[in-house]
Amino acid sequence: MSRPADRRGPRARPPVAFVLPAALALVFLAVPLAGVLAHTPWPDLVGHLSSPAVARALGLSLLVSGWALLLSFVLGVPLAWLLARVHFPGKALVRSLVLLPMVLPPTVAGVALLRGFGRNGLLGGVLEVLGATLPFSTAGAVVAAAFVAMPFLVISLEGALNGLPPRYEEAAATMGATLPQTLRYVTLPMVMPSLASGAALCWARALGEFGATITFAGNLPGVTQTLPLQVYLLLQRDPAAATSVSLLLLAVAAAVLIALRGRWLGHSR
Amino acid sequence: MTSAPLAPRPRRHRLRVRLAAVLLTVLAPLTAACGGGALAGPDDDGRTTVTVLAASSLTDVLTEAGAAYEEEHPDVRLRFSFAGSQELAAQVRQGLPADLIVTADTATMDALRNETGPSTVIARNRLAIATAPGNPRGVDSLDDLAREDVSVVLADPEVPAGRYGRELLERWGVTVRPVSLEPSVRAVLSKVALGEADAGLVYVTDAASAGDEVHAVPLPDDRNVAVRYPAAPLEDAPHPEEAADVIAWLGTEPARRVLRDAGFLLP
Repeated sequence: MSRPADRRGPRARPPVAFVLPAALALVFLAVPLAGVLAHTPWPDLVGHLSSPAVARALGLSLLVSGWALLLSFVLGVPLAWLLARVHFPGKALVRSLVLLPMVLPPTVAGVALLRGFGRNGLLGGVLEVLGATLPFSTAGAVVAAAFVAMPFLVISLEGALNGLPPRYEEAAATMGATLPQTLRYVTLPMVMPSLASGAALCWARALGEFGATITFAGNLPGVTQTLPLQVYLLLQRDPAAATSVSLLLLAVAAAVLIALRGRWLGHSR
Repeated sequence: MTSAPLAPRPRRHRLRVRLAAVLLTVLAPLTAACGGGALAGPDDDGRTTVTVLAASSLTDVLTEAGAAYEEEHPDVRLRFSFAGSQELAAQVRQGLPADLIVTADTATMDALRNETGPSTVIARNRLAIATAPGNPRGVDSLDDLAREDVSVVLADPEVPAGRYGRELLERWGVTVRPVSLEPSVRAVLSKVALGEADAGLVYVTDAASAGDEVHAVPLPDDRNVAVRYPAAPLEDAPHPEEAADVIAWLGTEPARRVLRDAGFLLP
């Protein structure tokens, strides 16, 4: 291939060999979502979503995902900063560890959480002494959600920090700024968009958490039965109501992505 | 945010996109037809695959009975899908292709009467309390499930085991505050076996199948609930003859032996 052809870049006419599978991919992704929309019982929608059971699950979902986001912030932001700024041995390994929950089957995450934080898990004894039993508690649901959602925040923020030329922070330091001052007035404003999008994705993932929650935290209305668990159980008794609640979760997820407009991939348009 | 103006698309590009759309509409039914064909006919090795949806409490016993059936019928392969009865019923209503269904209660089966043929009860069962090995909390009766220091998991009332459990507790007048309502009776069993909960209500056969992992506290037969497993062919079964044959076979002596050995009662 000649050079000018190479430089035509993404604006070149797309080959049909790409367009066809791409169109199939779109159909494949869109059909299930269209199915939810097509089967949504619109006249009953308000009734379904305002039922006490759904309201309770929704309230619990917001509580659990909110705490999971907070936990991810408190633990994940320093982790992202260390990964981006400090060189230490085994960093690649640490990064893989952080990414692992993103690719782990959620039920496997649930089993792992039981083996780690369950009553008979590695830290079960320690937690029991501290008076905390995580399985079957709302705290357990938070732990399950944070376990699978935190990586989104860490990876997003670390990417932004890596893309930030160190000279800004260095300049601030030479002007006498302390590390907290530099972070507050230089670093934070520059990574703010990525931090916000990472947080939004983290929250959305926590809100949608199902497998790890039902495996690790169990299912009890008002305590651990979040919206996704309710959808799962509702589908067995009242598929129409399950579809209504699915639409709600779908709308929230879509709203998050639309608000981000692909920013989490580092795109500017 | 920078957004470069898009270059005007050449005509040929649009033509190709249209071509792709045409191809897509032609291909879609083709692939659908392939899928359907593979499902209805015999497999590559000439054996017919019969899909059985069965309640999760039948996981071990039907897997074993299935192996015995396949030995007697080399031309048939049984494929099992085990889940909570309600979940199976929901799958049937959504049109999941399968040949027969075995639920853990007659109510779930009755609710499927438009989707199934006549049902036959193939086995019976009853409930027991499962605890950790050695029963460290000293759970000896249903009343102990109401104790504050005993954490109890039950099956969700959406699944038969949960309804049976609720029926049993109500009849004995025991008020239990469960820590979790699990989506299947097997999940109840595993929570007890893992030591996350102190006790759970499961089927006698579940407790037996878990072996040393749990301790079973039997409940008196005269005050137990009557658990029935009806089996029925599905109206839309791809292999209706084989489905009827499997159900008939489940009433024969080889099948009964497997059921009895696993602790089930015969109908």
